[in-house]
Amino acid sequence: MNRCTERVYNGLVKENPTFVLMLGMCPTLAVTTSAINGVGMGLSTTVVLVLSNMLISMLRKIIPDSVRMPAFIVVVASFVTIVQFLLEGFVPSLYASLGLYIPLIVVNCIILGRAESYASKNPVIPSIFDGIGMGLGFTFGLTCIGIVRELIGTGAIFGQQILPLADAAAGKGGYVPVTIFILPPGAFLVLSGLVALQNKIKNNAAKKGKKVAESAGCGEGGCASCGNGACGGKVFPTGNEE
Amino acid sequence: MSENRLKMSSSPHIRSKVTSGNIMLYVTIALLPASAFGVWNFGLSALIMLICTTASAVLTEYIYEKLMHKKITINDWSAVVTGLLLGLNMPASAPWWMGVLGGIFAILIVKQLFGGLGQNFMNPALGARCFLLISFTSQMTTFIYDGVSGPTPLANLKAGEAVNSMDMLIGTIPGTIGETSVIAIIIGAIFLILMGVIDLRIPGTYIVTFVIFIGIFGHFANPDVGFFDPQYITAHLCGGGLMLGAWFMATDYVTSPITKKGQIVYGMLLGILTGLFRLFGGSAEGVSYAIIISNLLVPLIERVTLPKPFGKGGEK
Repeated sequence: MNRCTERVYNGLVKENPTFVLMLGMCPTLAVTTSAINGVGMGLSTTVVLVLSNMLISMLRKIIPDSVRMPAFIVVVASFVTIVQFLLEGFVPSLYASLGLYIPLIVVNCIILGRAESYASKNPVIPSIFDGIGMGLGFTFGLTCIGIVRELIGTGAIFGQQILPLADAAAGKGGYVPVTIFILPPGAFLVLSGLVALQNKIKNNAAKKGKKVAESAGCGEGGCASCGNGACGGKVFPTGNEE
Repeated sequence: MSENRLKMSSSPHIRSKVTSGNIMLYVTIALLPASAFGVWNFGLSALIMLICTTASAVLTEYIYEKLMHKKITINDWSAVVTGLLLGLNMPASAPWWMGVLGGIFAILIVKQLFGGLGQNFMNPALGARCFLLISFTSQMTTFIYDGVSGPTPLANLKAGEAVNSMDMLIGTIPGTIGETSVIAIIIGAIFLILMGVIDLRIPGTYIVTFVIFIGIFGHFANPDVGFFDPQYITAHLCGGGLMLGAWFMATDYVTSPITKKGQIVYGMLLGILTGLFRLFGGSAEGVSYAIIISNLLVPLIERVTLPKPFGKGGEK
């Protein structure tokens, strides 16, 4: 697997920001009341993530280490402003429903986390693909949560009524929406349910002997070049073993 | 010869006959008067609701423990108590599947996922009731009595209308299945006190604090009512889920403090919160929310009121 596709796979599956890293919980829990909100939030974040990863990677040798955080924030905030104006101009309905959470992308820990742990240490092209992978992983996570919450909470997916609603006044039977799922407690219930589900799938895969720990992109340059400190150097020992 | 009579064993040598199973069985028996009155008051639909909640609670516990290869604990009656309490907190007119959903939520999410009996962080029956209340607000707050859908006496009281306290004492009023009859609840509570299952500390402080709160602040919520108006206070005591909550749900061993001082703090907190929700909140009733919020504060209360062992913590 070459490095770019590896980055995308890493972001989508192995280090999925929503289900594995548990990053960016604030927008994850707050905006996923419907599937379309999840997609919108995820894609906005992806755009910002790709562009900021690219620029920070370009500037990584210029930014002094001691002021890197303010520098990252300025870069991210610029892109968020652009995205915010674009959304306001072209998809006002989405802009209205995401509301406050668009400017909050600036302090989204996925974006700062990737800038700090990957883009500031790696060349431009892998950083872009890292942004794409992480962004799509985030979009995937948010969309899954949004679909489940919208389906249980309103009986619809992407605004299309899937389950016919009951109408007590007309004496018509049907689906009675469980409103709690589009309210804040529902976000926690669905998120925990989906995380449990994917852990179950992973554990089953691990039991079948499938190799779970794969190269985390630490082929070249050992652990120093790798943004993933979680393996603690155990996945791929850096020594020159035969 | 005398050596043979010496039994060598390690402590404990004296065992109590009190087990979780016994206590939960007593609670179930104590709930029977309220359940029977509810069925008499609301008819067959109340019985179906009670059966649905109890059966789904017990079945959920059994299936979960079977699937997780745990010890099956349905014999200790705790799931029955949870299901029955949930049923008593449901309006008889709610559809049966709501009761089933509530029973599953109470046992699966609130109780078993946190580790089963003794580990749940809030009262499972009330957790499920609030889940249903938020999800299906209209069905959970529609009370049909004698074929007519009408407001509960508490809602009348909040609107400043007159209520009949005698009906509220006996229980011939609209409301949830188990909360209407104060007399039936008190009979069950006296049984529990006589059997030593509960003591007066939590319900007593709860009710006294509540009376004081309502006596003082009732005037501010409703200017027609004077300070410590006996009729207003009686109506608040007999209406809604206060009695059921105070005697049967606030006293749940798992979710109430074990320290004596803590129980008093907990009772006062319940009284203040209930009064606050009833007088100044959006809806007429507030017992469920008061109890589950106080449940969440129990670990803090226990930490603050932990008694010092003799000889520790003196002057330095």
